[in-house]
Amino acid sequence: MNDTAHCIPDGWEAVIGLEIHCQLSTQSKIFSGSSTAYGAPPNAQASAIDLGMPGVLPVLNGEALRMAVMFGLAVDAEIAPVCVFARKHYFYPDLPKGYQISQYELPIVANGHLDITVGDAHKRIGITRAHMEEDAGKSLHEGFVNESGIDLNRAGTPLIEIVSEPELRTPAEAVAYMKKLHQIVVYLGICDGNMQEGSFRCDANVSVRRAGTTAFGTRTETKNVNSFRYVEKAIEYEINRQVEVLESGGSIQQETRLFDPSTGQTRAMRSKEDAHDYRYFPDPDLLPVHCGAQYIEDVRATLPELPVDKRARFERDYGLSTYDATVLTGERPLADFYETMVAEAGGEAKLCANWVITDLLGALNKAGLEITESPVSAAQMAALIQRIGDQTISGKIAKEVFEAMMNGEGDADAVIEAKGLRQITDDSAILAVIDQVIADNPKQLEQYKGGKDRVLGFFVGQVMKATGGKANPDAVNRLLKERLGPPGEA
Amino acid sequence: MHKDSLAALAEGLRSRRFSSRELTEHFLKRIEQYDEALNSYVTVTAERALAQADAADAQIAKGEGGPLTGIPLAHKDLFCTNGVRTACGSKMLDNFIAPYDAHIVELLDAAGMVTLGKVNMDEFAMGSSTETSYYGPTRNPWDTDRVPGGSSGGSVAAVAAGLAPVATATDTGGSIRQPAALTGLTGIKPTYGRVSRYGMVAFASSLDQAGVVAHSAEDAALVLQAMAGFDMRDSTCVERPVDDYAAALGNDIRGLKIGLPSQYFGDGLDPQVRAAVDAAAAELETLGATLTPIELPNTPLSVPTYYVVAPAEASSNLSRFDGVRYGHRCAEPANLEDLYKRSRGEGFGSEVKRRIMVGTYVLSHGYYDAYYLQAQKVRRLIADDFARAFEQVDVILGPTTQGTAFALGEQTDDPVTMYLNDIYTIAANLAGLPAMSIPCGQSAGLPIGLQLIGRHFDEGRLLNVAHAYQQVSDWHAQWPEAYA
Repeated sequence: MNDTAHCIPDGWEAVIGLEIHCQLSTQSKIFSGSSTAYGAPPNAQASAIDLGMPGVLPVLNGEALRMAVMFGLAVDAEIAPVCVFARKHYFYPDLPKGYQISQYELPIVANGHLDITVGDAHKRIGITRAHMEEDAGKSLHEGFVNESGIDLNRAGTPLIEIVSEPELRTPAEAVAYMKKLHQIVVYLGICDGNMQEGSFRCDANVSVRRAGTTAFGTRTETKNVNSFRYVEKAIEYEINRQVEVLESGGSIQQETRLFDPSTGQTRAMRSKEDAHDYRYFPDPDLLPVHCGAQYIEDVRATLPELPVDKRARFERDYGLSTYDATVLTGERPLADFYETMVAEAGGEAKLCANWVITDLLGALNKAGLEITESPVSAAQMAALIQRIGDQTISGKIAKEVFEAMMNGEGDADAVIEAKGLRQITDDSAILAVIDQVIADNPKQLEQYKGGKDRVLGFFVGQVMKATGGKANPDAVNRLLKERLGPPGEA
Repeated sequence: MHKDSLAALAEGLRSRRFSSRELTEHFLKRIEQYDEALNSYVTVTAERALAQADAADAQIAKGEGGPLTGIPLAHKDLFCTNGVRTACGSKMLDNFIAPYDAHIVELLDAAGMVTLGKVNMDEFAMGSSTETSYYGPTRNPWDTDRVPGGSSGGSVAAVAAGLAPVATATDTGGSIRQPAALTGLTGIKPTYGRVSRYGMVAFASSLDQAGVVAHSAEDAALVLQAMAGFDMRDSTCVERPVDDYAAALGNDIRGLKIGLPSQYFGDGLDPQVRAAVDAAAAELETLGATLTPIELPNTPLSVPTYYVVAPAEASSNLSRFDGVRYGHRCAEPANLEDLYKRSRGEGFGSEVKRRIMVGTYVLSHGYYDAYYLQAQKVRRLIADDFARAFEQVDVILGPTTQGTAFALGEQTDDPVTMYLNDIYTIAANLAGLPAMSIPCGQSAGLPIGLQLIGRHFDEGRLLNVAHAYQQVSDWHAQWPEAYA
């Protein structure tokens, strides 16, 4: 992504804060035992509790709490020693109880931060809070005439809502922040990160003000944007819209807006006047949740290495460049792949990095596959690297072997054998070819002897061609020079 | 048989003097005979009851079962019963059949009890007279022109008239104790968290507690024993062993320190009620207890506090009744808003609507701090009053109500007067304390109730004090003539 600061009209500054809803990957719902698996037939995963039947009661899922605490620890936040669930009231058919169980005054996570990089600029973005809450169900309108369907499978799925400080200034920063958060929750294994299925979605609060001023302008909230690109576009559109309104003498209404991906525009959904009075109050069905120091330390002990730490370690331990380390730690499965490969190969960290970044990722990208779907395993990649190292094949032949491996033609040794790609390292065999090549090319031999040293390259090429690329290039060079002697010496 | 104690019934069943089927039929016949006038039952589950009775008889025949096996009871119609309508006194739930049992229904079924049916109540337990029920008012067996109290009016009327030996009930601000007082019964509201609320339709979640109404402390102890205990489905249920209530009953009360709060004997208390309560206190003194005057200075704040907290929680709890998934749905809704407005408008009665509106108001933006938050602070002060008092005394004693049963229709036009019915009972709910009411006299042929309030989880002691009193008095053995 490019720096999009240029998209902000001159003389203006944007103030952006994001609220990100992140679905926790628990097996069961936050307050009931129903499964959270995606894609079941409508209402197949809605129990009496999810349906908001009379007399049933919520019981907190300990896994959801643990995951929320993991998140808090990962962003250096404070974990509340006591947090409280509150009821947020509004009527909607996909909200069975007429209220959503959320957290209001005492959220589980507060005062964290995240460091982002846009271009060469580094910036620390504050995370105001993150609270646990239950998701609502879904209203279905397709396939119904004069009525709507309700699917409550999603109702009660655990979420954390992560609220940033209004410290983002450009759409690019907003996207960088969102990507970083996405990377962390996926790394932590607390969210599957699937944006199409709504596991990670964003509400963007945007306002603008004259550059150099400090008071906040009136903000709008663009709801439920579910891709990085749409977030960038929606914010960009909203900034320009607001500046246009203000420059033409109008004023911004505090309102909720929707982003339409087909037009790239946002439109008003409801104004502040229609805003709900949610009537939050502590849920009397749930006791305050106490997180003791020991509990928090126990959770901390289960935290995986975070991307920023992993990257530093890759640079340090594997001698990788910042760029290579950043790419390889971008996703946890990729980092795991790389580390397995290096371990299996018994070193060659830099060579492994080159192969993964250039060849493997390139091929996967072309095939539209994720690293987890790679047809070539880390161990197989390592074996290929070893065949280069022990001079069984050259780096160039290795590319051909790799291609065959990607095509499912077996591991490196099988491909090398099947295709007869084993490098010729036997001097006498190479010399035989060299003698033949020299004999076949008297004109070039004359030129070489006449002092044209560039002709050596020609002979190397001919030898390689004659061996089908299998001759060890170092040996070919060495033996040719021996045979031909220094150029210009007739 | 209907005048026998539960222990006597259990003995009769075990010695085969009668079967559970015969016992059940006896009560079903009495329901048929008397309930048209009383309107205590909303649903009679005769077939189911007889099947349960037969199962109990089979158990007893094998020498199995416990002290409650084969004994009939009635459930207040807010305990969900799998396959049987749970209407909660409301048109809203007139068509509602839960696909699950409340925790206490499960426990009492498992104990072998026989469910005769579901009994009437104020709509969503909001009321002190059982006049707000969609199914019409329940009448007091002592005088059918009078109310039985509420909201557990069906429970007490059925037990007082011998249409069930015992009944479950709930108490949010006095809904077990006030009706027990007005019908000459023994009713106990346990400590908040002692009995699971799972499957009990919620009115005010932080105050609601299930209990029992019976003819004696001994009967109440037996049933409460079977209801109490931890249930992981209710996060507010307390994981703590249950005392042996029956075993506590014989304990000597010599040296017991009883506190009499001056605030419970002030203006508004009927002199006859006061005389009866004083006499009962004196009786306990002769049994060896000591009487100490105490102060619960924040008592006058309990009614206003309750009428902020309870409606606030109720307005939230009743949001789920929206006509979408179950319950009353208006005919031909024009759109979503119309569906909500008319379904709720038609489904709820006026007292429920009043409390939803009050509750919505006190939780609203700009009013929350002044009402809800303030009420929570006062609630803490009221609880602190009790904590201080219990440093001095073991049990607090006073009247349950200011007067005896009032006439039907007498207070329905004046909600505030109606709310004052709970003036002595509400504080125990706000503080989460166990409390009970036992009969201690009569005025003009109407029962008078004595209230006992205990420390948290001190149900055993309360039952023991009540039992000790019932050993030397016979108010609990009095029956309304027409139903004796």
